[in-house]
Amino acid sequence: MIALLTRDLRLALRAGGGFGLGLAFYLILAVLVPLGVGPEPTVLAAIAPGVLWVGALLACLLSLDRIFALDWEDGSLDLLATAPIPLEGVVTLKALAHWITTALPLVLAAPVLGVLLNLPAPAYGWLVLSLLLGTPALSVIGTFGAALTVGLKRGGLLLSLLVLPLYIPTLVYGAELVSRGALGLPVSTPLALLAGITAGSVALLPFASAAVLRINLR
Amino acid sequence: MELRLTDIACARGGVPLIAGLSLTLRAGHALVLRGPNGCGKTTLLRTIAGLQPPLAGTVDLPPDAVAYAAHADGLKATLSVAENLRFWAAIYGGGDIAPALARMNLTDLAERAAQNLSAGQKRRLGLARLLVTARPVWVLDEPTVSLDAASVALFADAVRAHLAGGGLAVMATHIDLGLDEARTLDLTPYKAQRAGAGGADSFDEAFL
Repeated sequence: MIALLTRDLRLALRAGGGFGLGLAFYLILAVLVPLGVGPEPTVLAAIAPGVLWVGALLACLLSLDRIFALDWEDGSLDLLATAPIPLEGVVTLKALAHWITTALPLVLAAPVLGVLLNLPAPAYGWLVLSLLLGTPALSVIGTFGAALTVGLKRGGLLLSLLVLPLYIPTLVYGAELVSRGALGLPVSTPLALLAGITAGSVALLPFASAAVLRINLR
Repeated sequence: MELRLTDIACARGGVPLIAGLSLTLRAGHALVLRGPNGCGKTTLLRTIAGLQPPLAGTVDLPPDAVAYAAHADGLKATLSVAENLRFWAAIYGGGDIAPALARMNLTDLAERAAQNLSAGQKRRLGLARLLVTARPVWVLDEPTVSLDAASVALFADAVRAHLAGGGLAVMATHIDLGLDEARTLDLTPYKAQRAGAGGADSFDEAFL
């Protein structure tokens, strides 16, 4: 099982692996928003939590179709399905590899980009915490979407349309957590809901993804 | 170790291709599937490998016995030959890759990236993967595509050694490997009759 994870990480880091695509997108977004909105510090501070969360979500979305598409094209998905690892394990590791290569760099870059958006000082900790808690759900839900659309030519658009509604609760509670943190309000409700969504999707969705993948491989 | 198919029917994309196929294959024997393009060789192999359920009938195999090799080799272009093979060896329980490399004459290419291999070399790497799986039942779909004569002989030797070691193999191939242990099965007589225009089948088919 570890071999699959290390292979995916190694592939992501090699040329053409797509590592850094999401990060570059996130950076561009965070640089462009202040230019578009204007330099008014109070306006930027007000929109910063939402922009940082929307950016992280879209950056995650950007690389979802690669999760299974490459393995599908070169035939390794068929071979993995007949290998001794359970398919549930394969999809969990794929989601984990996506999280490490795409979401984790976003979590680490977010505080730096927060400076560009004049994020209030008390919110930085909450920003990192909310992304750490929320992005695993994005990866797992995205893996489910990728499993649904594997084998479709140009399935990227369908994938985005399927996955975006499922991303909304994570976005709402994640951004709300940062906004409340910035204003010094109590954060326990969005924190609990965000953690709940992540825990629920990590626990349940790998089984759904594996079932869907089995049907798609027929 | 035995592979037994009982009254198998299978379909591709909702179209039934094969019906009423029964056979038993014992350890040490190989089965070569023949038949015109589109007669269901790949579909039957995918059914045996467990990638799709049969429409009817049963596939009797010990669990976790099949090593499947498809048209595509499942190679990662940016990984080296050794890295590709080591990955599959780890997935299948961590065997040594050196004998498999030597057997398929890939030792000199071990550090080369898979994207720089020729088509035949890629195929040989795909077949070396079978050797590291250490599984008794090989299910091979056109294993000799793009292999030259010398490599076909290498492959035939590998299959022979596998059979001698108590394994068995089912393969779809159009060329003669010179395997004495192999039985040839023409799939043409097992062609499924298309269901008539009426009935529940055509209603379901509208949604496939």
